[in-house]
Amino acid sequence: MNIMPMLWKELVQLRRDRFTLALMLGIPAIQLALFGYAIQTEVRHLPTVVLDESRTPESRRLVETMRNTGNFDIIEHVRSRAEMADRIESGRANAGLVIPPEFMHDLKRGRTAQAQVVVDAADPLASSAALSGAVLTGRARADALMAGRSGAPPPLEIRVRPWYNPGLQSSVYIVPGIIGVILSLTLVLITSMSIVRERERGTLEQLIVTPIDKTSLMLGKIIPFLLIGYVQITVILLLGRLLFHVPILGSIPLLYVLSFAFIVASLAVGLLMSTLVRSQVQAMQLSFLFLLPNILLSGFMFPRQAMPPFAQWLSAALPLTYFLTILRGVLLKGIGLEHLWFESAVLAGFAVVLVTLSVLRFHKTIE
Amino acid sequence: MTEASSSSDTVIARGLRKVFGELVAVDGLDLEIHRGEVFGLLGPNGSGKTTTIRMLCGLMAPTAGTATVVGCDVTTEAEQVRRNIGYMSQRFGLYDDLSVAENLRFYASIYGLAGQRRKDRIAELLRDLGLAPRADQLAGTLSGGWKQRLALACATAHRPAMLFLDEPTAGVDPASRRLFWQWIYELAATGTTILVTTHYMDEAERCQRLAFLSRGHLIAIGTVAEVLAQFHQSSIEDVFIELQRQDEGAVV
Repeated sequence: MNIMPMLWKELVQLRRDRFTLALMLGIPAIQLALFGYAIQTEVRHLPTVVLDESRTPESRRLVETMRNTGNFDIIEHVRSRAEMADRIESGRANAGLVIPPEFMHDLKRGRTAQAQVVVDAADPLASSAALSGAVLTGRARADALMAGRSGAPPPLEIRVRPWYNPGLQSSVYIVPGIIGVILSLTLVLITSMSIVRERERGTLEQLIVTPIDKTSLMLGKIIPFLLIGYVQITVILLLGRLLFHVPILGSIPLLYVLSFAFIVASLAVGLLMSTLVRSQVQAMQLSFLFLLPNILLSGFMFPRQAMPPFAQWLSAALPLTYFLTILRGVLLKGIGLEHLWFESAVLAGFAVVLVTLSVLRFHKTIE
Repeated sequence: MTEASSSSDTVIARGLRKVFGELVAVDGLDLEIHRGEVFGLLGPNGSGKTTTIRMLCGLMAPTAGTATVVGCDVTTEAEQVRRNIGYMSQRFGLYDDLSVAENLRFYASIYGLAGQRRKDRIAELLRDLGLAPRADQLAGTLSGGWKQRLALACATAHRPAMLFLDEPTAGVDPASRRLFWQWIYELAATGTTILVTTHYMDEAERCQRLAFLSRGHLIAIGTVAEVLAQFHQSSIEDVFIELQRQDEGAVV
């Protein structure tokens, strides 16, 4: 076995293919900016209208408390329920606060005063932000009023400490995930196309009549992209640190070692695909078909805990699922192999099985 | 080895057959090609020439029958066969984004040439085939004739005992074709056995022996003179057309 000729050829071709090279290094930067800046799952500043029929100091204080949660931007005081409905229907407002005329009166009489928050719940993320903001507002005012009446501190308080990501910034959570998604995207696509390209250009036929062995051919194809994968990881980590201040709490060498299995597994998926397809177009289509479940089911965008059992099984069959746990664990929690050995072992298993499968599937004939 | 063949035969095929689904591409082919011979395989499109070459090169497994090439069985000793043959198809199999010298270096390395031996061999090929001035040009920017030269250089980098040429002169100008045949004869003179397919009858007449294929059958074999005498024709082109007519008539 001698992988040098193939490796040399692939490296020369890669160096000459400036476009692909630029794409492979540019994609991480662009995706990072897109995902990091554009995807914000925490919803703040919902445009809100207020229908204050009470018009009392206490009702104004409630509005003020609501504004202070940061979840609501009071954009307008409306005069009627019809006006409020109009603002929400037209999309100018996502929420409306209604304070009935008897609000102050009820408070003074020691009855439970009621206010209403109307939420445009078409977008579940936005509405859940409105809901939690409303509950927060009610509790804060109630506590303050109770304390004012009895002079005693509230009997119970739960303080929530968000560990690992105290600001609850989605970029901190998303950037490590981007490393995994970018690697899947570029490595699977590029390797699935590389063997088919040789088939289309007639060079595969020429290669098959040479004494080159399958393993050398496959490894020669894989190794240059292994290096590219590491460059991509480094680019995303550096940019993530500089632009989004993503913490790097764990060991970088450990992360690079564990990435090896994932990169090899991704490359092998690409190789396996290239043995199944007949043209570069098919290779591209199949790559995107593979990519979709990776983005949706791996836990990159949606938490696995929320998925139905069937989706969780699918998710367990994706190498990215395990790599995401490793990435977030090492970067955000600073944990080591003692907590990640299971994910690492699964990834190594994927790599071995997929490489073996693709070498077995590849035949040195042209039928 | 069977009785009809001798140790001087580089290719021995016995009852070689290839079926694609319903289609019988090659049907019971018996063939011997002697060492150092320039052997022409002729026949209309779809007659089974390319399939025959592909089976002899180990690119396709025969459905039935056996063949040995350079003393090795094409099905059981395919890797051994590959080490001893060169193959050039009409698609040339060159890497467009590698230079002339890089293409040569790649193919030479695959056949195990390294270091000074490789360097010397590449220099020799560049010189012999007049490729030296274009050594650094990308293969993709070469014209048809130059690509053909480079493909021949790549296919012979390891000095194979047997060379398969599948329509090597398709789409190449007459001057390049003439030059190409000069090299073919030089290679044959050094003991290389050559199997070539072509649609050009002037090229066919340059072969020492010819075989005609039609719809997968071998319908004639012999030297140019033998074939002409056998069919009472004055040119190979006439033989070709006559044989094809007869064979198609036989079906109807």
